[in-house]
Amino acid sequence: MNAANETEPGDIELLLPWHAAGTLSRRDTQRVEAALASDPELARRYELVREELGQTIHLNETSGAPSARAMQALFAKIDAEPARRPAASFNLGARIAEFLASLSPRTLAWSASAAALAILLQAGLLAGIALKEKSPGGYETASAPKSVTGEGAYALIRFQPQASAADVAKFLETNKLSIADGPSAGGLYRVRVAARELPKADLARVVKTLQEDKVVGFIAATQ
Amino acid sequence: MQTTSDEVLIGRIAHGDRLAMQVLYARHHVRVYRFVLRLVRNEATAEDLISDVFLDVWRQAAKFEGRSAVSTWMLSIARFKALSVLRRRPEEELDEETADAIADQADDPEVALAKKDKGAVLRQCLTKLSAEHREIVDLVYYHEKSVEEVAGIVGIPEATVKTRMFYARKRLSELLKEQGIDRGWP
Repeated sequence: MNAANETEPGDIELLLPWHAAGTLSRRDTQRVEAALASDPELARRYELVREELGQTIHLNETSGAPSARAMQALFAKIDAEPARRPAASFNLGARIAEFLASLSPRTLAWSASAAALAILLQAGLLAGIALKEKSPGGYETASAPKSVTGEGAYALIRFQPQASAADVAKFLETNKLSIADGPSAGGLYRVRVAARELPKADLARVVKTLQEDKVVGFIAATQ
Repeated sequence: MQTTSDEVLIGRIAHGDRLAMQVLYARHHVRVYRFVLRLVRNEATAEDLISDVFLDVWRQAAKFEGRSAVSTWMLSIARFKALSVLRRRPEEELDEETADAIADQADDPEVALAKKDKGAVLRQCLTKLSAEHREIVDLVYYHEKSVEEVAGIVGIPEATVKTRMFYARKRLSELLKEQGIDRGWP
């Protein structure tokens, strides 16, 4: 329907002031532009809006500005304010931006170097683990020799992927286990569950108990 | 050259950075002043008010959550303070000021000359709009506020923002017609 035929303003006509000011969303802008292109009366009215926009800006821009008195009064009041406490509820993004902005270039450079070093150490650790996976030497911990052989009872364990290193360490310590070998293909570790050889039934009982721990994904008795 | 965003300035102000406050003040005080002046129609009062508005910004910066633009937030504070002043002002004083403003405009020698200039007449008619209509016209055209932002500042639904702006413009056309300028709308 043409704007000229309307008795009440249409949705598009209501949006013309914001279109002129450039504050419409992209979608609404496209709607208004399509309507303006196809409706000459709407386009004529849009010219009136643009005229109003220009004169409103003109009127405001010539309506003066506050004197320096306002600024002096403001900063006198600010100076009389109590000392500022740290912001308690400011949003996280702004805090991070503010923190970065507050760092001097030298501090920022040192921080970046420290972060890079930490990343390198982490990468080295991960690479070390990856290499050990391929090496026959097996996984080493402070509590377990490189390869425990000889007497003892053993089980093969695969830990849950989501189990953290801390969880695994705690699990080993609590159950007095030591890693004898691994990980092998498939992420299996050979774990010593007792210092001496156990009867099959006893070993099965120990394995069943260990299986109930949340860090254990798979466990089976082995030689 | 990249300028510090208003949001970053507010973050600094929240930590008591006086210089950031000066930057924010320099950036916005004129627009806030003009917005307030339109409402209270008194320069001294408007100056007092902008000091109060920016003092509130200083005090409340830590609570600013960035849900709206900083300028929108400041205009909301300014509007609230201006309306509080208007509520305290005796009716007679208000009527007298309004009458003076209208009389001054009528007596202004520029008005006669302006009649030959459509733009000047339009500006003259803008000053004769009601406070409610002038406010929305200024927010949309001068302060470049979206429908949503105006709704937030004025405290009315978005649909009302659109219709209020439409009727403000319609009233402007009527005032122009009274001055002998027929825009062919509405």
